[in-house]
Amino acid sequence: MTVQGESADHQWVDDHAGPVVRPYAMTRGRARPVTGTFDLISLVTATRADVAPEVGIGPEHLAIVGLCQRIQSVAEIAAHLDLPVGTIRVLLGDLAARSLVQVREPQTTAGLPDNSIFEAVINGLRAL
Amino acid sequence: MDYGHSDRPAGATPLPTAIKILVAGGFGVGKTTMVGAVSETRPLRTEEVLTESGVGIDDLSGVEEKTTTTVAMDFGRITISDDLVLYLFGTPGQDRFWFVWDELALGAIGAVVLADTRRLADCFPSIDYFEGRGTPFVVAVNCFEGSRQYRLDEVQAALNLDPGVPVLLCDARQRESSKEVLVTLMEHAMKTREARRRAAGAN
Repeated sequence: MTVQGESADHQWVDDHAGPVVRPYAMTRGRARPVTGTFDLISLVTATRADVAPEVGIGPEHLAIVGLCQRIQSVAEIAAHLDLPVGTIRVLLGDLAARSLVQVREPQTTAGLPDNSIFEAVINGLRAL
Repeated sequence: MDYGHSDRPAGATPLPTAIKILVAGGFGVGKTTMVGAVSETRPLRTEEVLTESGVGIDDLSGVEEKTTTTVAMDFGRITISDDLVLYLFGTPGQDRFWFVWDELALGAIGAVVLADTRRLADCFPSIDYFEGRGTPFVVAVNCFEGSRQYRLDEVQAALNLDPGVPVLLCDARQRESSKEVLVTLMEHAMKTREARRRAAGAN
């Protein structure tokens, strides 16, 4: 809707106006997840196809469950929902505490048993 | 985005292993271009907000003002197989965001340092960072049109690199060229890991 007499240059619309709900509000002020660490490449999958709304589960939680019907990394969830990673971590903590998502933390290079992952990546890249 | 797996039974699904490679270098050197050239989708952008609590953890002593800073990272994904996914992260170009690098570099299998011969010094901080952390890296010289072509040994000497660090030319816009850089990095990372294991075994 356009306000009469106001120059279009001075209006903040859509993304420029900022989010309607601040990320901080979505986590109800929490900066840390209740459980888990959630690396950027931790992989997340929903354990259920659908989640009934309940106390403590908001629209953003439901959006994550919807997105994680396919396996997603924490970074991908944040990018697709256009929310800061820190916010996503808190929301994922809520879901993990309710066993609504399953999470796999990434392996460290030192923890790799042999060279098979390196070889698989090299062969996979060559085959692209 | 499709949600085609909604009939998947609940319970334990074997999740793939995820690994990450960093693409570092100065501002405008082509990091996001390279990520996009090899990723299966166009690069995604994720944002990390540095909050007041983050300031304490990262010990930015001397920083008097409490500010909130947003750091954007571009990243892409390559699905190698059903049980292996590779993520490529472009590091934020600004030097003052080292704390994000620490999180990014943690667990990274290796790094590509992109260099532009017209502004070679821009990649020094990245090289110092990965040398200091012991993260295996290669230097890829992005060949911009109009830039003078240098020989690889000239670049190697100018960067004062360890002779073991691979240096190669690339065109970050080209998928094949960017793939070759990643393959070289993976081979180097594998050799580095083997050498470290041998050294650890000898002690």
